This record gives sequence, structure tokens and C-alpha cells, in this order.
Amino acid sequence: MPRYLSLVQIDEKNAPAEGPSPELMQRMGELLEEITKAGVMLDTAGLTPTAQGTRVHWEGGKISVTDGPFTESKEVVGGYALMQCKDMAEAVEWTKRFLKVHEEHWTVTCEVREIMEG
Amino acid sequence: MTPQPTMDPHPDPNPDARPDPNPDARPDPNPGPNPDTDLETVFRIESPRVIAGVARIVKDVGIAEELAQDALVAALERWPRDGVPDNPGAWLMATAKHRAIDLVRRRERYARKLAEVGRDLEAAGPYLDQPSDPDDIDDDLLRLVFTACHPVLNAEARIALTLRLLGGLTTAEIARAFLAPEPTIAQRIVRAKRTLATKNVAFEVPYGPDREARLDSVLEVIYLIFNEGYAATAGDDLLRPALCEDALRLARVLAQLMPKEPEVHGLAALLELQASRAATRTGPSGAPVLLRDQDRRRWNRLLIARGFTALGRATAAAHGAPGPYALQAAIAACHAQAYAYEETDWPRIATLYGLLAARAPSPVVELNRAVAVSMAEGPAPALEIVDALAAEPALRDYHLLPSVRGDLLHRLGRTEEARAEFVRAAGLARNERERALLLARAEEGD
Repeated sequence: MPRYLSLVQIDEKNAPAEGPSPELMQRMGELLEEITKAGVMLDTAGLTPTAQGTRVHWEGGKISVTDGPFTESKEVVGGYALMQCKDMAEAVEWTKRFLKVHEEHWTVTCEVREIMEG
Repeated sequence: MTPQPTMDPHPDPNPDARPDPNPDARPDPNPGPNPDTDLETVFRIESPRVIAGVARIVKDVGIAEELAQDALVAALERWPRDGVPDNPGAWLMATAKHRAIDLVRRRERYARKLAEVGRDLEAAGPYLDQPSDPDDIDDDLLRLVFTACHPVLNAEARIALTLRLLGGLTTAEIARAFLAPEPTIAQRIVRAKRTLATKNVAFEVPYGPDREARLDSVLEVIYLIFNEGYAATAGDDLLRPALCEDALRLARVLAQLMPKEPEVHGLAALLELQASRAATRTGPSGAPVLLRDQDRRRWNRLLIARGFTALGRATAAAHGAPGPYALQAAIAACHAQAYAYEETDWPRIATLYGLLAARAPSPVVELNRAVAVSMAEGPAPALEIVDALAAEPALRDYHLLPSVRGDLLHRLGRTEEARAEFVRAAGLARNERERALLLARAEEGD
């Protein structure tokens, strides 16, 4: 069964300032329990803001290091979920459920990518 | 999320002004381009729970499966018209339960025995549209696991039924995995369901002394499914990875359902650790790669970490000596910890095999112990263990006995005898890939 990485992308500048509501956290906890109980979730986590991140870049044979925040990017990776699913359709279905626990004022994109195996 | 205009086949200029034709099933704000695929996927995800929930009402897994299928047909009619409901799983569950209750009520008119059940359901009626309590779903799923793995069925029937009802596999998929004709598998499943019904197998999780015996059967079924995928007994391919993954998923589900049972975590740990090596067990041409030759950098570190976590849970839940699955997992963990074959802690593995042989004696375990002893102490003491197994009837046709013996003889410099053993092993191997490897070893003995 292939593995899929769902990259959770958010716009840091326009994310709700108050953060996730207790209700969202509650629904998210229930959903994550469900996905884990289904034997699908291998690993998942949120990431700290890019203000605490660092980019390390290789170009022209030189390393450069830039501290966050990465204001030039519209969307940044805010979290990930690694799932083992029968197929892409199943990974997308779980991802839809992940998005649906958010309130309407959230804008979140999940990019679901199959992991190259072997 | 704003729906992309191109995604919506029927753009509605003012959706708010349109009366909602069915408040129970609010249209998905962003229906995918292919609702049929969505439905199939949703049904595959939800079907074990729907079957389990309905089986508790009708007390018959065969009828429960049919009612779940009926709910799917209803969804096929309704969802393309009304949209996919917000909580499709709850919709399927509620629809199937309504049908189950109708069925029980109809039976009630004829069977006095069922009258009591009907009244209970009447009282529960108004709550049926609510999403089911997750704890109830867990209990129902456990009942389904224990019923599908009931000892009244033979091992093949248990495996087929478990894959069908809990793994969500179609009959065709099971047939393909076991290289059996589809009608054979279909027959096996039909007979299994009939046997459960005619033998009045209760839809329950056993408690007390029954529980351990029945749990053994459940774990064995999952283990057998994994093994069939991991070391295919027949056919051209050494591995049928999909079957391993199905077993692994079932083990993970069971570990979540029965967190207090050490051996459930032991089995999950064993399968996670074995699965972590899957990619390196065969070479580019499909030929098997022995443990010592595997590229350990390609072992899946995440699965190894999950295996160690599960092993820790098994140890924490066990009050006293570890069970056979936890011991096997501990052996697999030793391999996973060694970054090179030479770094393997063979004395510890030999000790663990000794514990395993005491806990669950078997000639195969003894043979594996011999291999570990040969690595820890040398081929001579190992050959003694192997030779003691020569008369073992259970190993008479087991190709690994002459294969291991050949390896030990080879290391002792008894090349001619070694070659004869490899040839004998090749004659017994049923898997083409393994046969080729053994014949190659017989050649290299020169």
C-alpha cells in the first residue's frame, strides 16, 4: 500500500490571528484518532512558524543560510500528515475530512503527494 | 476553500437563494470531478464499521454485509443527485441501520424470540440519525474481528472473511492475492458466513478464559495474511506486498481497539519491523536478497521507529514474560538496530530464540535458533541442533532445513555435502525465486 505525504500549506500572513479554536482542536483530535484507528496515519505534526525556521540554500557551489520568516512566500508548509492508503483517492478522502474540521474563515491547502517507494 | 469554477459542472449564480431539497444531505461545497470514485472510496473506508454496526442489530454478518451493500446502492442513487453529505460515513451507517431495524421488525412479526430486540431498538430509534458513539463503533468492530476469526471456521475461511469484512477487499482482490480462482474464494466466503449463522456463533467479544484462546485465533489470522504476502508459498513472485500491507493495517487497527493486550502490540511491532525491510528483500530482477546482503540504508526508518514504539507498548502491557509475538518482534528489533550485518547482536538473538522455543516450541523456531547459534558460536554447535531436527516429520518437506544445513556444512568446509543439501532444498522449494537462489548456491559450492 503506497504512502502519501499531505503537506498542509497555509498563508501565515492571513491565518486567523487567534489561532485554532478549542472546538477546532477538539474536532481535529477526534479525526486524528479516527484516522489512526483506521490504521492509516503513520505520523503527523504541525510546524512552528517560519519566523523560527531557517532556509539553507545550495546554488552555484555555495551554501547560503536565511533565517525566517519567509515573507516572500505566499503559502508555507504549516504541517504534514504521512498516511498509508490503498490509493490516492483514499488519501484525498482523508485529506478532505481533515480540511472539513476547520471553520469557514480558514484558508488551508493540502498538497497530497505519493511517496516514491523502493 | 473556494471552489474553482472549472471544477463545478453546473455553476449556480446564487446558491444561497436555492432551497435545500434535502437538509439531511447537504451538498458537498466542493464536489470532486468524479463523484463515483469518491463514493467507492468512502464506502471502502466505512464498510467495516457499517457492517459491524449493523451486525450488532441483525446478529448475522452475512445479512449485515448485504445491508451495508444496500446502503451503498442507496448512496449511489442519492448522492449524485443531492450531493455527498457532510458526514458520508454517518449517512451510510444511519441508512444501513434503518434497513436493519426494518428487517428485524419484519422478522419480529414471525419470531416471538426477536420481540425483545425489536423493543430495544424502538427505544433507541430517535438516536439512530446521530453519529454513533466512537466507543460503540470500537466495540462493534471488535465483535466483527472476533466473529470473522471464530475457530468454528477453518483458517482459510477466517482469512478470506477477515480480508473481506475488515480489510475491505473485494472477492476478486482476495482471489488475486491468494492466486485462487474467484469463484473458489466467493464460495469460501459464502460458506463461512453460512457456517457462522447455522452454528449460531454469537456476535460478541469473549471474556474470561475464552478470550485468550479466541484472541490467539485473531492474531494468527493477521499473521498468516502477512506471511502469505511476505513469503509467498507458491507462484513466481517472492512477495505480494499488498497482502502484507493489509495485514499491517489490520494489526494497527487491532492495536487501537485492544490497547491493553500485550500480544496485540507484539504482533503489530513484529509486522512493522518486518515490513520495514520489504523494499530490500528482492533485487531489481525480483530475486530474493538475503538478510546479510540487504541494503540496510533502505530499511524504512519510520516503520522501524513504529515497531519499537509498539514493542515498548507490548512490554509495558505485559505483566511478566513476553509472549511469542513480542519475542519475535524483539528478534526483529535486534536486526533493525544493527546498521551492518556484522554488528548484529547474535548472542541476544540466540537467547531470544531460546525463550521463544520455551514459550512456543516448534521445529521452525528451533531451526531459526540454530542459525542464530551458528552466528554467535560458530557452525559446529548449530549443526548439532539442526541434525537433531532431521527426524522431525513437520520439517520433512521444509526447504529451509536442508538450506540451513547446507549453509552450515559449507562453512565447515564440507563442500560436497553442502552442495547435496542445496540441491535437495531447491527440490523442495515451491517458490521459483527461492529455487533459483538455492540452485545458484549449489553451483557456487565448487
